[in-house]
Amino acid sequence: MTSTELPVRPARPVRGPVPRAGARRGSAFGTGTNLTLGGSRLTRALALGALAVFAAVWLLPLLWALLTSFKSERDASDPGHWFWPGSGFTLDGFRTVIERGDLPLWMFNSLLISTAVTVVTVLVSAMAGYAFSRTLFTGRRWLFAVTVAAVLVPQQVLIVPWFRQMLALGLIDTYAAVILPQTVMPMMVFILKRHFDSVPRELEEAARLDGAGHWRVFWSIVLPLSRPMLAAVAIFVFITAWNNFLWPFVSTSDPALMTLPVGITSVKDAYGVQYAQTMASAVLAALPLVLVFMLFQRHIVKSVATTGLGGQ
Amino acid sequence: MSAPQAAPRPATGTPPAAARRFPSPGLLFALPFLVLFAVFMVWPLVQGLWMSLTDRSLSAHPPSFVGLDNYAEALGDAEMWRSVGHTVLFTLISTVPLVLVALVMALLVHTGLPGQWVWRLAFFAPYLLPVGVVSLLWLWLYQPDLGLYNHLLNSLGLDGVAWLSDESVAIWAIALTTLWWTVGFNFLLYLAALQSLPDHLYEAAAIDGAGAWRRLGSITLPQLGRITGVITVLQVLASLKVFDQVYLLTKGGPNGSTRPVVEYVYDVGFTGYRLGYASAISYVFFALVVLASVAQLTAFRRREK
Repeated sequence: MTSTELPVRPARPVRGPVPRAGARRGSAFGTGTNLTLGGSRLTRALALGALAVFAAVWLLPLLWALLTSFKSERDASDPGHWFWPGSGFTLDGFRTVIERGDLPLWMFNSLLISTAVTVVTVLVSAMAGYAFSRTLFTGRRWLFAVTVAAVLVPQQVLIVPWFRQMLALGLIDTYAAVILPQTVMPMMVFILKRHFDSVPRELEEAARLDGAGHWRVFWSIVLPLSRPMLAAVAIFVFITAWNNFLWPFVSTSDPALMTLPVGITSVKDAYGVQYAQTMASAVLAALPLVLVFMLFQRHIVKSVATTGLGGQ
Repeated sequence: MSAPQAAPRPATGTPPAAARRFPSPGLLFALPFLVLFAVFMVWPLVQGLWMSLTDRSLSAHPPSFVGLDNYAEALGDAEMWRSVGHTVLFTLISTVPLVLVALVMALLVHTGLPGQWVWRLAFFAPYLLPVGVVSLLWLWLYQPDLGLYNHLLNSLGLDGVAWLSDESVAIWAIALTTLWWTVGFNFLLYLAALQSLPDHLYEAAAIDGAGAWRRLGSITLPQLGRITGVITVLQVLASLKVFDQVYLLTKGGPNGSTRPVVEYVYDVGFTGYRLGYASAISYVFFALVVLASVAQLTAFRRREK
C-alpha cells in the first residue's frame, strides 16, 4: 500500500479554484462535460485511440494472468503456448489452490481484521472529530494540533517500537496485535472534524434545547446527517487495511493468522514454479475487492477522491 | 480507563454548564481516540527514540545506554546511505510518471468519450489489488523465459531483458510496476479536480472561439496547477515509504541494488536483531520524510502567494 498516511493539506488559499468543496455537480463522477474537448473529429479520434492504448496496456497484465490461471501447468510453462493454451482451459489450478485451504482462511482473516480496523477507526475518529468540532474542553486546541501534526508520522517509523510493544504485551501472533496499531489514523479525525465543521448546527441546537445530551445528539443527529462522509472514510480505511502489508507481515508468523497480502506471498515461495496455480491464487485473492468495486464503483471512486485529498 | 459513561444526559440543559463539568463531555468523546493515539503512536515514538540511544537487541541481554553512538554509526554506514539513495532515486523515477500519466489519463477520460466505465475500471482496478497479488503477477510478467514482456520483446525481434536480476534495470522495473499499480489513485484525484472546474470559463472560451487545444493550454492546465502540487506532495511522501513491492519483487536485490531505507530498517531490526540501531535508522528516515514534507509545503505556499 503506498498512499496510506496522507499529509495535511495546506491551508486552503483564498483564490484556489480547485477543487472547491461542494462545487462538484450531482454525483461527483457523472460523465464529464464535453466542454474540454468539443473539438474536431480528428481530435476525438486521436483521444479515443490514446485511451484505447492506455487501457490495453493496463488491462493486458490482468488478462494474461487470468489466461494463465486457466491453463494446465504444462501449457503455462511452455513458451510455445505463451498466450493461448495448447490443451484447452482447465480449472486444475483453482482446484489445487482451493483444496489446499489456506486461501479461504487468509481471506477470512483479512475480512475480520479489515472490518475490525474499519469499525474501530471510524467510531473513535468520528467521536474525536465531533469533540474537536463541537465541544469545549481544556487542551482541545493543542490536542487537535498534535493530532494534525501526527498525520506526518509514517507507519514505517513505528514498526520497530510496535513490535517491541506487542512482545511486551504478549500479543505477537494475535489478531489484536495486527488490528490495534492500524486503528490510529489521525488523518481521519482531521477529515471528520472538518466535515462536522461544515454541518449546520441548527438541528443539534434544537435537540439540545429539548434536553438531549452530547451522546444523543452525536448518535441520532450528527452521525445520520454525515452518512455519505462516514461511508467515504469507512471505504478508504477498509481498502487501506485490506491492502496493508508491512505491519501484518511483521506482527504475524503463524500462517493461521496471516492476512491475504501476506499469506499469498508465502505461496510463491512454496510453489514457485507452478505458474498456473500461482496465478489462480492471485486471481482468487484479487476477486473480493474487484467485485466490490464493480458493485459500488461510484461510492468507491468518490471515497478515494474526497478522502485522498483530506476531505474536500 | 475508568471513564464514567460518556456524556450522561445533563440534568441542567445549558451548554456553558456542561462545558465547565469535569471531565467535560468533549474530553470523554475524544478519549477513545486519544488513548489509542497515546498508546500506539505517541508512546512508540518516544520508545523508538529511547531505543535508538541504546544497544537493545532482540536477544535477552539487557540494553545499555550508548548515547548517540547508533546515529554516529548510521552516518558512517555506507549501506544505509546506499539504501537512502535507492529510496530517493525510486521517489524521483516513480513520482514523475505517476503524476504525468495520471494527468494524461484523466484529461482523456474527462473528454466525455464513450466507455467511461471501462476506462475507469481499467486504470483504477490495479489499485485495488493487494500488494501480494501485484508482486505475484509482476514476477510472472517479468519472468525471463516465460514472461509476457520478454515474449513481446522477442516477437519484435528484440532481446529479452533480465528485468529483476539486472542491477541497472531492477529499480526501473519496480517503478514501472508501481506506476501500473497505483496510478489509478492519482487519476481519480485529477478526474475529481477536472469535474469541479467552473463551466463558465469554458463557456466564455467557446464564445471567443477557442479550440480544444487552446482551451487545454489556457484554461485546463493552469487551473490544475494547485491540484498537481497536492498530488505531487502526496506522491513523494508515498514513494519515500516504499518497501512492500521492492521486498516482494527483489528482496532488495540483486546485490542490494534496490533495497530502500525502510527495508534496511527491517533487515537490521528483524533479521539482524539490532533493534536499537534499527530505531536510529528509522529516525533518520523520519527526518527525511519530515524534511521532504516541509520543503514541499514551503515551496507550495510560496507559489500560492
